[in-house]
Amino acid sequence: MSRPEIRVSGLHKSFGSNEVLRGIDLEIGQGEVVCVIGPSGSGKSTLLRCVNLLEEPTEGQVFVGGTEITDPDVDIDAARRRIGMVFQQFNLFPHLTVTENLTLPQRRVLRRGKAEAAKVAAENLARVGLAEKADAYPSSLSGGQQQRVAIARALAMGPEVMLFDEPTSALDPELVGDVLAVMRMLADEGMTMMVVTHEMTFAREVADRVVFMDGGVIVEDGSPDQVIGRPRHERTRHFLSRLLDPAMAEVEEETSDQVGKGG
Amino acid sequence: MTDTETRLQPKKKGLTRRQKRGLSRGIQYAVFVAAVIAFAVAADWDRLQNQFAQADIARQMFPDVITLALKNTVLYTVTGFAVGLALGMLIALMRLSSVGPYRWLAGIYIEIFRGLPALLIFIFIGVAVPLAFPGTEIIGGTYGKVALALGLVAAAYMAETIRAGIQAVPKGQMEAARSLGFSPARAMVSVIIPQAFRIILPPLTNELVLLFKDSSLVLFLGVTLEERELSKYGRDLASTTANSTPILVAGLCYLLITIPLGFVVRRMEAKAQEAVK
Repeated sequence: MSRPEIRVSGLHKSFGSNEVLRGIDLEIGQGEVVCVIGPSGSGKSTLLRCVNLLEEPTEGQVFVGGTEITDPDVDIDAARRRIGMVFQQFNLFPHLTVTENLTLPQRRVLRRGKAEAAKVAAENLARVGLAEKADAYPSSLSGGQQQRVAIARALAMGPEVMLFDEPTSALDPELVGDVLAVMRMLADEGMTMMVVTHEMTFAREVADRVVFMDGGVIVEDGSPDQVIGRPRHERTRHFLSRLLDPAMAEVEEETSDQVGKGG
Repeated sequence: MTDTETRLQPKKKGLTRRQKRGLSRGIQYAVFVAAVIAFAVAADWDRLQNQFAQADIARQMFPDVITLALKNTVLYTVTGFAVGLALGMLIALMRLSSVGPYRWLAGIYIEIFRGLPALLIFIFIGVAVPLAFPGTEIIGGTYGKVALALGLVAAAYMAETIRAGIQAVPKGQMEAARSLGFSPARAMVSVIIPQAFRIILPPLTNELVLLFKDSSLVLFLGVTLEERELSKYGRDLASTTANSTPILVAGLCYLLITIPLGFVVRRMEAKAQEAVK
């Protein structure tokens, strides 16, 4: 691993009295693909959102590409240009066509000219296999197509790091594959990626490392074979058994360390 | 089991549900027809026609009622709407500001101007402003005063509409824009407000219809002959001709604009419904 592209140290995050992250330390190297897995409420999405400061950490530091994101004086808008983010709900701009979704941020944020922005947009749409949808509106696309456009929109900004927040969780099962294929392509090209996901096959085959979170802490961190194949901790085993074979789960008492809202 | 069966069976006694429904509808039609007949018989149509529908008086109103009165009404409405929209946008953004005093100020403005009759605001602009700031002329004379008065009234309503529209845009839109590197202000202008306006286009058009009618309050500012709008023009002519036909014609002129506008609003609402699906 060369210099860490993402470094998180001593990260805490509370919503009111609800402590969602309880001290996270994590390093992600350049070109590394890290999948973050864990039960809902484990704080994995919150961790991801702290990396580009969509959530303000209560305590701790986050560095991306050597810049401290958590520094109050940092130009957060400039820092975010280097960090692409893909959301569970796609969040395409519904009032703009697919191409305009890609060109508007380039023009307004990066101040690229019309022709250059259009060229970059076309290239990135081709990369995700949606060149023919350039003039469509998001509402006319399937979920899988919308998510690929969202990825292309993030890529058009030329990010050094990509964050994925459960990118396939809102998709119909048969559409998941197209999105994962695009993410696999990015991984093969050497993009640094942090992916919150429930797709164990993707984690196993594409990730360099898998991080298992529960109750606001990192429980296990290692190679996919180790974390998914031979988990050391009981909590990991329990989570994986429920995920891989949900029909076998038994009714049980709610545990109190299920923290907070949303993944 | 037998219990439910008996309940679902039509009762032997009295009317069935279907018969009751038919009877209810029959009564409603009967009341309607009776009311129309009573109205037609009771009203003195000859006198009404004499007073309100004199063709020669109506004829002599043209073309002035269109080229002068309707033109002024539209002009007052459009300029008032423009002022109201700009001011309303400002107040809506103040209302959503993270700076407390801006929020309070916007709230106070909205409460006051929503609570006051438009008539009082017109009188206030016509009397109090010249008193308070002697020597200063509101730009554009009467036209400026009308735009300001109508704008002040409309802004309070529009601010609330715009605020609701901005808040109706899903949170993910702002997050997506911010994560792409937009500053909060730029995200607001490029991403949020365009979407908010699509949501609030129907209520904003309704506001335009309301302003169109409120423009008749101009007469409380004191207008010259050339500045008269539909209501004032109709009333003036009604008193010179000692006949109310001009009032009817002026009224029809309002409907000439408001009915198509209402149609446009319904079209937009239907389209918005479709876009949501």
